[in-house]
Amino acid sequence: MGTTTFIEGSIAVAKTIGVCRPQVISAYPITPQTHIVEHLSELVAEGELKTEYVNVESEHSAASVVLGASATGARAYTATTSQGFLLMIEVLFNIAGMRLPIIMTCVNRAVSAPINIWNDQQDSLTARDSGWIQLYAEDNQEASDMHLQAFKIAENKDIMLPVMVCMDGFVLTHSFEPIELISQEDADKFLPPYKPQYYLNPKNPLSFGTMVGPDGYMETRYFLEKTMRDSQQVISDVAAEFHNQFGRFHGGLIDTYKVEDATHVFVAMGSVIGTLKDIVDEQRAKGQKIGVLKIRSYRPFPKDEIYKALNHVREIIVLEKAISLGYGGILANEIKSVFYGKPKTPKINGYIIGLGGRDITIDTIHHVIKDAVNTSFEEKFIGLNEALIK
Amino acid sequence: MRLDLGAIAKAGTSKANQTGGWRNYKPIFHQEKCIGCGLCKIYCPEGCVTMIEKKKYTVDYTYCKGCGICAEECPSGDIEMFVEEK
Amino acid sequence: MTTTTVTGPKEQACDTLLAAGHTACTGCGEALAAKLVLGAAGRDIIVTDATGCLEVFTTRFPQSSWEVPFIHSLFENSAAVASGVEAALKALGRQNEAKVIAQGGDGGTADIGLQALSGMLERGHNVLYVCYDNEAYMNTGVQRSGLTPFDCMTTTSPYGEYSWGNKHNKKDMPGIAAAHGIPYVATASVAFPKDIENKVKKALTIPGPKYLQIHSPCPLGWRSNPHLTIKVAKLAIETGLYPVFEMENGKITKVRKVKTPKTPVEEYLKIQGRFAHLFKSPKGQEEIQKIQEIADRNIEKYGLA
Repeated sequence: MGTTTFIEGSIAVAKTIGVCRPQVISAYPITPQTHIVEHLSELVAEGELKTEYVNVESEHSAASVVLGASATGARAYTATTSQGFLLMIEVLFNIAGMRLPIIMTCVNRAVSAPINIWNDQQDSLTARDSGWIQLYAEDNQEASDMHLQAFKIAENKDIMLPVMVCMDGFVLTHSFEPIELISQEDADKFLPPYKPQYYLNPKNPLSFGTMVGPDGYMETRYFLEKTMRDSQQVISDVAAEFHNQFGRFHGGLIDTYKVEDATHVFVAMGSVIGTLKDIVDEQRAKGQKIGVLKIRSYRPFPKDEIYKALNHVREIIVLEKAISLGYGGILANEIKSVFYGKPKTPKINGYIIGLGGRDITIDTIHHVIKDAVNTSFEEKFIGLNEALIK
Repeated sequence: MRLDLGAIAKAGTSKANQTGGWRNYKPIFHQEKCIGCGLCKIYCPEGCVTMIEKKKYTVDYTYCKGCGICAEECPSGDIEMFVEEK
Repeated sequence: MTTTTVTGPKEQACDTLLAAGHTACTGCGEALAAKLVLGAAGRDIIVTDATGCLEVFTTRFPQSSWEVPFIHSLFENSAAVASGVEAALKALGRQNEAKVIAQGGDGGTADIGLQALSGMLERGHNVLYVCYDNEAYMNTGVQRSGLTPFDCMTTTSPYGEYSWGNKHNKKDMPGIAAAHGIPYVATASVAFPKDIENKVKKALTIPGPKYLQIHSPCPLGWRSNPHLTIKVAKLAIETGLYPVFEMENGKITKVRKVKTPKTPVEEYLKIQGRFAHLFKSPKGQEEIQKIQEIADRNIEKYGLA
């Protein structure tokens, strides 16, 4: 088994990427993703990781390099955040459309303007329709473990979709926790070498990235959507398999904490889940039956699992670190859609919190609870500085 | 060939597309004055001129779009363009 | 498609590595250039291609004209994708399996793809980059690019009372490539297939990044007669407007000389509709004189006389 080390989140993730044996890595440095790619570079420089590490001149090229590498049959990895992520988006759609099982870490950070290097989740949520599987990690142990799972999900021959592991910038990437690192031996046991069915080679000269007209384009999107839905089972299976081998379970498509008998449930993604669990324990001690549902797989969006887990609750409180401007909370509205047409709909309130690195404190959550009890069916910002918006 | 896996196509399959149907002018290779330089074959953007034997070239009308480069560049005047009869 | 009865001989199949049945326009210089590049490179290659005419007329799913492994991703990333292909071949121990050739048009190379190309050249990838230069965005309907020549009429640099066409000089793309300190930079023309063959073959024997720019007339965009594709291409060289040279390790080692006495640029300009406006008024003569000066400067700079 692996060893437990007190280690920074970024380094833990880089070490896990290392034992996944990526054959080509390409990335462009951007805060707060830097520690991941710096450590990977060190592993390569020290000869601990045998990979072609391509230092590129932009995130657009980083994504394009791993695209070319994956199409040639290599296991490929990249990482970015925020503006770099936005610059990559054109290529991200392309990678998914070409069905290349690339893994990337999206370190979640706010987007400009105004420029802000701190955490929220606006970057990855902006690409929710790109065809990438999006997984969100609660803590560094999960972020680390999720990367090993991601390769296995992506490379499943029935899936062949890229997977994005999302982890909150600074909150996770720069924090130290005791992490059980995965050994090379265990990683190899879990993740077999990548054997693509089709790849660029002169013996079988295929053409990739062809033009598809009105007579077939819709079908390509149909296949993507169908595979996305099929991937739900694979994501669950891989999590179970991981649990079986490593003894750690962070949830499949979702994870729940004290939801079974709860009347009130928080729904959120990423590192805020830890804070919410503390609140749940605190409130339960006061007699309130409250729980947390963690969205682990945001795309595919596990509607059925969420419905099954929450159909008994009275009230759902969705907390999210992103917004669809002019529309409101993205996750809150998607949670509302889970209950459309169902016999019983809980009260669902959505709250925008923690944008651009605004602290989410225990007080913030208390404020949310108070507000949710008193209002209904609204989405609002919580934690605003009233003095600044007068 | 695999629309479901990102629209992967097989090599050389465009040959099923008979672009000869586009032709307004048709090259005739007289095969009389040919000096065997091969420029007609080399310069053909379709790659549809072939050598039968030395000093004897021919064009595959299945694909020939009738651009007339072969006739224009033929140094011996062995190739002539005619209006395509449809 | 019209239903012409196909008559005449039909014996051996066409044997080019860019298969027939592609949908390039009649007399397309780019299709010819790509055919010649593949013919010289042989089957053991992997090619990438930027979005543009070449990609569109060769890969209409489920068909493909490529007899070699081919990948198209986006407009501006052909060089970056090729970098990834090359890195993967190295990582997988398959370097000897295939040479990598990246392709793009002039817009995909010198404008939107310049950054990715610069990265590829700077990093020293073992890739031959081929730019098919037809001097405008032809696939989208003949808009000007950074490689459109001075005073050339395009749909976004039209001729009018206040305009003689493209206001800017053609970007010195080979010079930009050479400034990266790469071992091999060359220009060529579809008018000289043997020269293309020699340059491709030579480039593929040199390790590291190589840049080859091939002048490829576009009858549609240049408003020239399709059967004159080679003639037009030859005149570009004979007038000195398109210097054809080879540059090894930063030094020009070989040039194609212009004819003596030199061919005036009018000879080249007058057979193309994209320059027809220069012949409509006496003032146009002054513009033609400016173009002649460009040719003269080229002749001097590259030693073409």
